[in-house]
Amino acid sequence: MRLSFGRARQLADEGVLGLNKRNGDYILRFNARSRYPLVDDKLRTKQLALAANLAVPPLYGVIRTHHDIRLLPEIVRDHPQFVLKPAHGSGGDGIVVIAGRSGSRYRTISGALLDAGELAHYLSNAINGQFSLGGIQDVVIVEYMVKFSPVFESLSYQGVPDVRIIVFRGYPIMAMVRLPTRISGGKANLHQGAVGAGIDLSSGRTLDGVLGTEVITHHPDTTNPIAGVQVPAWDTILDIAARCYELTGLGYIGVDIVLDRDRGPLILELNARPGLAIQIANRQGLLRRLQICEQRADFDAPAAERVAFARREFAHPVRGAA
Amino acid sequence: MNKKHIYFLAAFLTVLSIGLFAYKAEVLGFPVRPQQQTEIWNIEAAVRFRPGPAAVKATLRIPSLTPGFSLLDENFISRGFGVTTSSSPAGREAQWSAREASGTQTMYYRAIVYRDPMRLAEDTTPPFPTPPELDEPSRVALEALIAEARRQSADVASFTIQLLRRINQGDQDPYVRVFLKHGESQADRAQLATIFLAGAQIPARVAHGVFLRSAPGAVQPESILEVHDGVQWLYFNPRTLQQGLPPDFFIWWRGEYPIAEVDGGHDLDVTLAVQGNLMPAMVVAERRAEAAGSHAVDFSLFALPIATQAVYSVLLMIPVGALVIVVLRNFVGVKTFGTFMPVLIALAFRETRLVWGIMLFAIIVSLGLLIRFYLEKLRLLLVPRLTCVLTVVVLLMVAVSVLSQKLGLQPGLSLALFPIVIIAMTIERMSIVWEERGASEAIQEGVGSLIVAALAYVVMGINWLEHLVFVFPELLLLVIVATLLAGRYTGYRLLELHRFKGVLPEVPR
Repeated sequence: MRLSFGRARQLADEGVLGLNKRNGDYILRFNARSRYPLVDDKLRTKQLALAANLAVPPLYGVIRTHHDIRLLPEIVRDHPQFVLKPAHGSGGDGIVVIAGRSGSRYRTISGALLDAGELAHYLSNAINGQFSLGGIQDVVIVEYMVKFSPVFESLSYQGVPDVRIIVFRGYPIMAMVRLPTRISGGKANLHQGAVGAGIDLSSGRTLDGVLGTEVITHHPDTTNPIAGVQVPAWDTILDIAARCYELTGLGYIGVDIVLDRDRGPLILELNARPGLAIQIANRQGLLRRLQICEQRADFDAPAAERVAFARREFAHPVRGAA
Repeated sequence: MNKKHIYFLAAFLTVLSIGLFAYKAEVLGFPVRPQQQTEIWNIEAAVRFRPGPAAVKATLRIPSLTPGFSLLDENFISRGFGVTTSSSPAGREAQWSAREASGTQTMYYRAIVYRDPMRLAEDTTPPFPTPPELDEPSRVALEALIAEARRQSADVASFTIQLLRRINQGDQDPYVRVFLKHGESQADRAQLATIFLAGAQIPARVAHGVFLRSAPGAVQPESILEVHDGVQWLYFNPRTLQQGLPPDFFIWWRGEYPIAEVDGGHDLDVTLAVQGNLMPAMVVAERRAEAAGSHAVDFSLFALPIATQAVYSVLLMIPVGALVIVVLRNFVGVKTFGTFMPVLIALAFRETRLVWGIMLFAIIVSLGLLIRFYLEKLRLLLVPRLTCVLTVVVLLMVAVSVLSQKLGLQPGLSLALFPIVIIAMTIERMSIVWEERGASEAIQEGVGSLIVAALAYVVMGINWLEHLVFVFPELLLLVIVATLLAGRYTGYRLLELHRFKGVLPEVPR
């Protein structure tokens, strides 16, 4: 079934993937329900990644119960900077980044000061499931605060930019970098006003960005040009992304990778229902690349071959599929 | 699952649903439109007589073969008499009997009849009649009459008309005059015609009935001549010679017998009355299905107590409302709080009416949000906080109701169905979205939910649809079909056409 308006026709010609098609033809087909918990629970993802020797932000501790809340000072005694993350939070909801201390109070990355009570209240809400889908009981991960690599310093307003790669049955097919802005409150979330910039999969160089649905060439806060920035360790990033397929067995995922100044690319989280805004950031449709994969790729190939295929086939701009 | 499977299932369910629907609507006459009325007639025969000293038995012929009409219901009313019904050559008979009775007795036979085009004169082809036994002059006259009429006619119908014409001109006709010893009533002419027709070996009989027209007071029975042409019964009005059964003529009994007889009594008097009326089509259909031995009614919602029926008439509309959500979410792409929250809000609107409902919803949610933001400062744990918001919502509703009552605004009262828990959850969700994603997103989703709810309300409020789904719940299978097909729709959503326009090259090719 297909509505054939003029615009729909054009979008189809550009190989744009719509939500219905993403859900019906990719997520339902390639993402087994039983494997969702692997990515919905960030703690399990982290443990899986560690077991597979993939780099993740080091884990300081886990707060599982209200009783554990009082252990927080103990957990972070040696870590002035740390991140609190509800294991089931979605879309960056509920993440608190503590960038330092001010006396007995914790200073968040945006400069707000939280006393122990406020932090305890937040933790208790998170454990009770305020940030999880469906309000289920949750645990809070205490982990390393990423010191982000200076590459994107000129393109970020506070916060940590991250790289999102869509991986289809082990093949990286599209990538973008999400740049926090003042509007987004330092969060790398396109919904909240972060800039998304497409990345040429072949070279790892950024393309123009997008804010909302508007194409932009310069970062709104830092006013630096967005295009042409080389993402460091691009090879490693693609390799990590490709290997996340074996990690989870999910056929259609979004891999979020952050660049740490000291530790290089780290897996931040995986997403079994990655958004479609990446198409706007790349100004390219996902469907075209999915079809190229489905027609030509060997899905049993090892990760290195898959990365090579992706770099060869998905050099920007990718022209129409056969 | 492959698509073929789904299409097959969809086709199967469609056929099943439409088939059941058609059977109930066409065969059983379930009403397709709400408040549909069926024309019915109450017919009544009052049998009055004075009983003699001994046992008394009154016989009334009652309708059996009634082409064009069916009996919906009948009952017998008498005081102190036993009643039985039986078949007789004249049709059916009701017999009232008692060992003794004194004073004028009145028995009533009452029936409800409705028009039923499916009902035909279904009796079997009659045997050839035996020729009438006549004295010599009569026999000669009859033979001459038949010979003459036969010459001037082509078939049974025209032959009958010839005969009737001659009977009508009885005084001038030399042959007919021989037979004419009765008065001028229709029954007698028809009776005479049956004798002539028997002489010509054509089966015929006299049918007596009434015209179903509302008339005050008693109606007189009229007669019609039924003639069998070897294939079917033909009808003739013996006076006007009109052929065919008048559409509103209801045949009560047949033959030369009177409508009633009394044995052991005297001063028999029978009055017939007809009263046209309208009855809800559903009631007629129900009784009709019952009479036809169909279980469609036994297993329909009408078998439930009225209060339960009222609940189901609302419940059955929920899938329809949900279908609206499917369309708005999967084809248009509207964002809402919770998947089916708008349907529940729409249900609440049924109680409050739309405009007031939207106002009420907006007021309660905004006040609730304010309180929720305040509670946030108090750092309550999640479940106690939700409970607190819930309680506040209930209190707000009480306040709004009392206030609107005091101000003389009516609609505030009927809040019974307003989904308190849903509203509390909405407030909670909205406040989180508000904090996490900003006010614009929260308000956008809130307004989206309200628009969807309003649309669902409008669709669920279509009276005709509600009636259809209630009388024909099998139509909900079509909703399943729609969801099956919509579930495989992988095209773009309407709002995506706007969302992804940035992907398109700037200069259209």
